[in-house]
Amino acid sequence: MSDYITSVKNLVYTYPDGHTAVRDISFEIKRGESIGIIGANGAGKSTLLMLIMGLLMPQSGEIWVEELKVTPKSLTAVRQRIGMVLQDPDDQLFMANVYDDVAFGPRNYKLDEAEVNERVTKALQTVGILYLKDRPPFRLSGGEKRAAAIASVLSMQPGILVMDEPTSSLDPKARRRLISMLKELSQTKIITSHDMDMVMEVCDRAIVLKEGRIAADGLARDILADCRLLEECGLESPLSLQNCPLCGSKKQDPGH
Amino acid sequence: MTNITNSLYTIRFFDMAARKGTFIHRIHPVAKLLAAITYILVASSFGKYDIIPLLPLVFYPVVLLAVGDIPVMPVAKRMLLAGPFIAGMGILNPLFDHGVFYVGGVSIGAGWIACMSLIIKGALTVMSALLLIAITGMDKTAQALRMLKVPRAFVLQLLLTYRYISVLMEETARVLTAYNLRASARKGSGKGVKKNAWGSLAGQLLLRTLGRAERVHGAMLMRGFNGEYNTGELAPMNIKDIAYLAIWVLFFAAVRIYNIPALIGLLITGVL
Repeated sequence: MSDYITSVKNLVYTYPDGHTAVRDISFEIKRGESIGIIGANGAGKSTLLMLIMGLLMPQSGEIWVEELKVTPKSLTAVRQRIGMVLQDPDDQLFMANVYDDVAFGPRNYKLDEAEVNERVTKALQTVGILYLKDRPPFRLSGGEKRAAAIASVLSMQPGILVMDEPTSSLDPKARRRLISMLKELSQTKIITSHDMDMVMEVCDRAIVLKEGRIAADGLARDILADCRLLEECGLESPLSLQNCPLCGSKKQDPGH
Repeated sequence: MTNITNSLYTIRFFDMAARKGTFIHRIHPVAKLLAAITYILVASSFGKYDIIPLLPLVFYPVVLLAVGDIPVMPVAKRMLLAGPFIAGMGILNPLFDHGVFYVGGVSIGAGWIACMSLIIKGALTVMSALLLIAITGMDKTAQALRMLKVPRAFVLQLLLTYRYISVLMEETARVLTAYNLRASARKGSGKGVKKNAWGSLAGQLLLRTLGRAERVHGAMLMRGFNGEYNTGELAPMNIKDIAYLAIWVLFFAAVRIYNIPALIGLLITGVL
C-alpha cells in the first residue's frame, strides 16, 4: 500500500465566468500528515478544498483519495474517507439538536442505531462537548458550534479531515481549545487558514498558494519563517515569530 | 429586525416542546400520528350545523396540553395564523345560508351556526396538528409518515421546508440589520424598509438564501446525504402505544356515533 493517502495531479479549475482559480496544482499527502494550505484571499484555497471534496469537478488533472479517483461516481465512497468542516458552522448544523447533527452522517450510511450512538458519543467526547448533546445548535456559542461541526464530521470516522478556516471568528480561549483539540486528533489533516500561528502549531507541512499555483511546499516551520516568501504571497509571518512590538527584540528562530 | 430575531428564537418552540419526557412524549410516533389523523377526520366529518355533538372533541387537545406539559399560549398564537383562512371560509355561510334555527325560542340564522361550526372544527383540527408536532417533533412525525408509506419526496419536502425556514429567517435578519444600520439618518428608520428599497432587498435576500441553502446542501452531501432524511430508527409499537391509539379511536368513534352532550343532558334531567 502506498504511503500517500491523497494525491492531486496537475489540477486545473476555471469558473464559468472564465476566472481560473486553480492552475496546474500537484502534491501528495502522507497518512497522518497535517498540512496547512495558506495563501492570500483569492489564491485558490477554497476552490482547492471544494475540488478535493468533489463539490467541483476539475477541467483537467485528477485527485486520488486512497485507492479512489474522485469522480461523480466515486463521491459517496470518497466522502466516507474525507470529512470536511466548513468555515461557517451554521452551514453545517441545522438539525434540532447537537446529537442529531452528529448522527446525521452515520445514519446516512445506514449504520444501526447502537453503532450510531457509540460513534456520536465518541465524537462528542473527543471534542469535549458531550454535555451539549441535547442542546439545539442555535443556542451554542461560536466555539461550541465549531466543536459540534467537527464532531459531526468525526462521527463518520474519516481518515482525512479537511477544514476551512477552523479558527475564524473564535475568541482567544475557544481558539486555544480548538488548537489543542486539533493537535490531539490522529487523522490526516488538510487545513486552510489565515491564522499563521495556528498553522505553525498544528501543521508539520505548509503549502503556499499564489494566484492558483503552488508558490512553496515544505516544512511549516521553514515556510512560516521565510518572511520574503510570505510577503510575496500576500501573507505575514506568525505573530509568535515577529519581533516584540514593545521592545523590538528578536524572537527565537523556530528551528531551534 | 427585533421581531424577526425574536421569531428565530420562538420558531424552535416545537423542537423544544417535543424534547420533554412526559408519558405522552414517549408514546410511539405512529400511534400519535394515527390518533391525530383519526381526530381530524372525525372532527371534519360532522354536519355543518352540528355544534353540540362536536364539543366533546375538545377533550383531546386538553388532555394533550395537560399531560404533555405544553404551554397553551404559544400554541394558541400559532393557531391564530390559520384564523383568517378559517374565518374567510366561514363568513360566507351567513351570506348564502338563510335558514333559521330556533333554540329555546330564540331564532338564530343557520348560516351563523354553520359559520360557528366551521370555526370550531377549524380550530380543533389546526390545534390537533400543532399539538401532534409539539408532542412528537417534526423529525419523528416524518419518520412515522415514512413508516406509513407516505412517499419519500413528500416527507423530505416537509422536513426541509421546516428546516430551511430558519435559514431564510436568519438571512432576512442579517439583511435587515445591514439595512437599518445604514438607514439610520432616515426618518422612521428601524420601523420598516422604505418601499423603493424593497426590490433590491428582496433580490438580495433570494440570492443570499440560495447561496446559503447551497452551502447547507453541500454540507449534507459531504456527510453522505442521498435523498433520504434519516432521523434514526423507530422501535416497534408496544402494548402501551396500541392502547393509546385504541382508547382515542374508541373515544372519537363514540363522539361521532352518539351525541354525548345530549345524552349527558338527558341523564341529568332524568329522562334516561
